[in-house]
Amino acid sequence: MNASYTYAVARPFRLDLLAGLRGVDGAPVRLVRHDDLVAVVSSVPDTGFDERSLEALPRLAEVARAHHAVVAGVAAHTVTLPCRLATIHRGDDRVAAVLRDRYPRLRAALDRLAGRVELGVKVYTEAGPPAVAASGPPAEVPAGTGPTAALGGLPSNIHTDAEPPTAGSPEAARSGRDYLRRRRAEQRAREEGRGAAHQAAERMDAELAALAADHRRHRPQDRRLSGAEGEHILNVAYLVAADQVGAFTAQARALAGGGLRVEVTGPWAPYSFAPPDEADEPAEDLT
Amino acid sequence: MSTAIAEPEVTLVDLLDRLLAGGVVLAGDLTLAVAGVDLVHISLRALITSLGQR
Repeated sequence: MNASYTYAVARPFRLDLLAGLRGVDGAPVRLVRHDDLVAVVSSVPDTGFDERSLEALPRLAEVARAHHAVVAGVAAHTVTLPCRLATIHRGDDRVAAVLRDRYPRLRAALDRLAGRVELGVKVYTEAGPPAVAASGPPAEVPAGTGPTAALGGLPSNIHTDAEPPTAGSPEAARSGRDYLRRRRAEQRAREEGRGAAHQAAERMDAELAALAADHRRHRPQDRRLSGAEGEHILNVAYLVAADQVGAFTAQARALAGGGLRVEVTGPWAPYSFAPPDEADEPAEDLT
Repeated sequence: MSTAIAEPEVTLVDLLDRLLAGGVVLAGDLTLAVAGVDLVHISLRALITSLGQR
């Protein structure tokens, strides 16, 4: 038995424009129509999808890439409302029924997206901790206990090699205090730097939001996933008029500086601007 | 617009931001909790593991 995997809802377009574009697992793509809406679907085995299968990264990546390829292909030709990953119905008649049932909402969503694209803006702090305005070079070990002691700016505390300060000596106490004070100053500077960076990023977001029809925040990405330098402090999608992409991108890039790095992604089909979940509606004949 | 949207170098992380948290929900028959926080976390863990192996 096959099920129908839906990639997107769109205004009608000629399927041959997709030039044989394939979907998940290489299946050919077709259209399910209701009135002036189409759903872009392909067949998948109805046992081929479950949460377990998508937990495996290679499979998740494969499905995500295939989903995206179809959505991007459709969005190149018509107003497109991307579907959530792995939207699967028992058959095309069920897909058509969903188009019929949700018609007003889907139509309104498409109208709102017409002529607009999504741009992603990611703001990072510059790599490395913020500069610390403390005197002397930063010390990794307490002054007086390592080979860098002579660099610690405390030459008067340096005794002969044969007689280093012992744990209870005033010199050791003082260098310990210096060390702790320095560490606290570094910590404070780091926190202040982080606070200032977040404030600057908020101002940036406000400025860019004023140029956009809508904006939606995503969670900052884990550095282990993105491999990006610095801390990711802002991850926002903006809905922008298609003819404003260049101007918006230039503006976003111009806001970089002052310890912040800006990355712009897209244009994307408007994934982040789908109408909210219809959780309030009763689920229909779920098996 | 068409060539811009079809830009190839889309990172998986950026894509999953959108595919797992965005997109219209059409109350599928084989409803998957792919939007659920749990699966996202599982996915991210899988991602981290996989990236670490490279």
